[in-house]
Amino acid sequence: MTGERITRDDVEHVARLARLALTDDEVALFSEQLSVILEHAARVSALPTEGVPPSTHPLPLRNVLRPDQVGPTLDRGEVLAQAPEAEDDRIRVPRIFGEEQ
Amino acid sequence: MSVEPVIGLEVHAELATATKLFCGCPNEFGAEANTNVCPVCLGLPGSLPVLNEKVVEYALRVGEAMHFTVPEESIFARKNYFYPDMPKDFQISQYEDPICVDGYLDVDGARIGVERAHIEEDTGKTTHVGGGGRIHDARHSLIDYNRAGVPLLEIVSRPDIRSAEQARGYAEQLRAVLTAIGVSDVKMEEGSMRIDANVSVRPEGSSELGTKVEVKNMNSLRSLTRAIDFEIQRQSDAWERGERIVQETRHWDEDDGRTHGMRSKEEAFDYRYFPEPDLVPVSPDAGMRDAVREAMPELPAARHRRLVEDWGITDHDAQVLVGNPALADYAERAVAALEGGSARDVVNWSTGDVLAHLNETGLSAEVLPLAPDGLAELVGLVADGTLSRNLAQDVLAEALTDGKRPERIVADRSLAQVSDEGELVTVLDALITENPDEVSRYREGDDKTRKKLRGFFMGQAMKATKGQGNPQLLNRLLDERLEARGEG
Amino acid sequence: MSAGGVEALASEVRSGARSGREVVEESLGAIEDRNPDLAAFLRVMADEARAAADRVDAMVRAGDDPGPLAGVPVALKDNFCTRGVPTTCGSKILDGWRPPYSATVVRRLVDAGAVIVGKTNLDEFAMGSSTENSAFGATHNPHDPARVPGGSSGGSAAAVGADLVPLSFGSDTGGSIRQPASFCGVVGVKPTYGLVSRYGLVAFASSLDQIGPFGRSVRDAAVGLEVVAGHDPADSTSIHGDAPAVTPRLDEGVEGLRVGLVRELTGVDGLQPEVAQATSSAATALEAAGAIVDEVSVPSAAEALSAYYLLAPAEASSNLARFDGVRYGLRVDGDDVESMMAATRAAGFGAEVKRRIMLGTYALSAGYYDAYYGTAQRVRTLVIRDFDDVYRDHDVLLSPTSPTTAFALGERVDDPLAMYLSDVCTVPSNLSGHPAMNVPFGTDAAGLPIGVQVLAPALGEPVMFRVARAIELAALEGVSS
Repeated sequence: MTGERITRDDVEHVARLARLALTDDEVALFSEQLSVILEHAARVSALPTEGVPPSTHPLPLRNVLRPDQVGPTLDRGEVLAQAPEAEDDRIRVPRIFGEEQ
Repeated sequence: MSVEPVIGLEVHAELATATKLFCGCPNEFGAEANTNVCPVCLGLPGSLPVLNEKVVEYALRVGEAMHFTVPEESIFARKNYFYPDMPKDFQISQYEDPICVDGYLDVDGARIGVERAHIEEDTGKTTHVGGGGRIHDARHSLIDYNRAGVPLLEIVSRPDIRSAEQARGYAEQLRAVLTAIGVSDVKMEEGSMRIDANVSVRPEGSSELGTKVEVKNMNSLRSLTRAIDFEIQRQSDAWERGERIVQETRHWDEDDGRTHGMRSKEEAFDYRYFPEPDLVPVSPDAGMRDAVREAMPELPAARHRRLVEDWGITDHDAQVLVGNPALADYAERAVAALEGGSARDVVNWSTGDVLAHLNETGLSAEVLPLAPDGLAELVGLVADGTLSRNLAQDVLAEALTDGKRPERIVADRSLAQVSDEGELVTVLDALITENPDEVSRYREGDDKTRKKLRGFFMGQAMKATKGQGNPQLLNRLLDERLEARGEG
Repeated sequence: MSAGGVEALASEVRSGARSGREVVEESLGAIEDRNPDLAAFLRVMADEARAAADRVDAMVRAGDDPGPLAGVPVALKDNFCTRGVPTTCGSKILDGWRPPYSATVVRRLVDAGAVIVGKTNLDEFAMGSSTENSAFGATHNPHDPARVPGGSSGGSAAAVGADLVPLSFGSDTGGSIRQPASFCGVVGVKPTYGLVSRYGLVAFASSLDQIGPFGRSVRDAAVGLEVVAGHDPADSTSIHGDAPAVTPRLDEGVEGLRVGLVRELTGVDGLQPEVAQATSSAATALEAAGAIVDEVSVPSAAEALSAYYLLAPAEASSNLARFDGVRYGLRVDGDDVESMMAATRAAGFGAEVKRRIMLGTYALSAGYYDAYYGTAQRVRTLVIRDFDDVYRDHDVLLSPTSPTTAFALGERVDDPLAMYLSDVCTVPSNLSGHPAMNVPFGTDAAGLPIGVQVLAPALGEPVMFRVARAIELAALEGVSS
């Protein structure tokens, strides 16, 4: 992984995954900058991590649960008022291509 | 060479908790759009999830019921993809460390392996406007987030299923288990149970797996079997023509009875799973697991065995009862209240007239106006000869509708069976006197004629007693009279 | 305004010696005077603040106790949700959004009698070290307007540094409280992860984010922390049980405490000599006060930064996915939902946010997860282990907070890596979840504040504050100069 160049194709693929419409200039800039940053980040592989378990979290907490009790809900008017577009008490979006998971 | 289908099912069951998976919003079907929402299930900036303890309890119940191993620790992960009905644009699910692994379900004598069961959140509901409601032709879409964050248990079978019929059996058995242990409503029509099928074909005898196709959008058990049958046929045909099966997702169309490949933009899914940092691991300890074990209701297979053994009923009747746990509960309570008659009588009425009434009215046995000891009373009235079966049927119909006790109906309608021998003799003697022709034709006739004329006399006798004459007694007395004169 | 500190101010208001209204007017007046030059505040909540102060005064008149922060003007970083008040995160993408709820921290402050006077500037979504990444313009350093206040909580640091408010709050994901505190010459605290609820803090990197106070003194910061700390059932990562009390033992001194000077952080590349000098003077001062000081090694500390720049962007790429133009904030129209989302995010996010989303998406994507994200998580384990080793025989650790004093506006905007490197001393504590704080300790030749960092083990706030207090006393006595 160390010192890999991030190509324009890589940048475009990642931008697609991240839903970012990038300009050509941004694609070029990011391919440059991400390469530099990842080269530095690749230093993580210099440390002796073999056999070391990953830490996802700084706290050793377990089983944080809440009772199955109904709490307050939001006012629909307030929710819909924040939406860029609403119709028929629902939030409106342009048509959807691509499938649901 | 013939091909063999290989099928695995992925079942999403909505858990019947009072609130959603990570927030206190009500988990209910059919509420007005966007009313059961809060900052957490709307994924508002700054909001954080907290796990519903009931969901863990229910998952552990499923673990017990389906012989799963519950690992020491399970963790939540984010499945990242953009979709407008998913408020955070990631789904909180379990990935590498689900709460249940490696269980099984016995279906009609076959053991179907179940790879895993994991907890995840549901998405909102999208309505497509214009284009006949189809996603690709729609002008725009509308989203209701009431369902977003509803707890789901995804139960993934191994590819151990070999036919559409067996798939249906698995789904039915799974539904019976989930209902019996009280964790889900499992209504396919309301979407509280959703089934996707992974279907592939391979040469008979091969142990390799073919290219699998995921079939979605089946909203009943009937469409599940139809869709799988169609897909098996489609793939077998393709295989015979030497065509390559494409790995894809196909949608079942109920109207044309076919599966259709999705027209989707070219994009490989890359969900970028990683551990959900806003939640901590779940480690069911001995206390939690013991509590679940102690509170476990009887499982369908065990109940089936017990009913057959204790009551001496048929496998079929046991299956009908176990498939409708509320009815089985009803029958069990009726049997417990019996004073005369047998458990089999109770079962006959339960799986017959009672079930027919439930199907007709759409009611559950839990809410029947007639209490279970009312059915026991009816069985007793038949057993002691107060009611004939036919009359009992009428009485039950009335009792089921308005909840009136059978004894009360019998008294009000003066329906008690006439078993007074003297009274019946008077009726029969009058009949014999009034119908001399029939009597002589009976005595001279062949078996066929005699049978017919016996029916005539019984009919007349019943008519004369308004249907209340005890049929066994009438038969004996009529025989005595018809045969006696023949000798005289 | 806060000459006697937050406690004195609150007790004057509680006793009725001063009205909350008078105190808040003073703060609003100072903001009016200085904010146009500093741009510390994105939004001044003058009307709301006056109404809140009046409520505090009414309670006092009614004989009720408004709480330990009665009438104290407080500024909040604009990534704290405030019900009904626009919360921008320094981003255009949240254009017009008014949260329908308040963060737990905000509710605790209000319940303690604090008067929220406004929302402060930040690097967009807290991503940055200079507050230059705000979509609404940069904040200026109160000690030199040509310089940055640090970041990402630059507005909150500058607001206290310029004495516009006696107390403010920020969030710290990789140093975003401590580094600007250091640049602005104020005390800034990143508490133990889980000590302060994150509910209502717009997430940058969930496993690293922590809310903490800025104050002009160690005691003020301690008072602020005590009000907001403590278990919150709405945050699954909130520590259970009572928060450790900090103020009662604040002045007990450092006699016999074991202090370790972290070798890897006192020898980082690009360390300004005056900063190195100040750190060692602080160590000497602690020794003089009775502490036992030696040099210690935290071997993974230097690589922690690399791990941080994989973990934080990865979590951020997911946390920021929700800004998609569907439910709130900005929407840029598109033919279909995917192009609407992509156009909205392209227009709504600034360059640094896009860069980190790209970085994080890449680090999580198929084929790279193990090498980048997975390895970074293992490094995180090493960092935690290294700290645990050192804390076996040390009460606290000492290091510079930032390798340099405040740099000039514009100096590092085109060099992201150089900007990232200014977090080298602060990032390890975020990875380990341990508390750490900045204490001002003298100035450099240009008169810019220098900060030293005190680090402690999990829930070691009481001893950390005691050591910070001792350093503060030494600074007041002129030991730092």
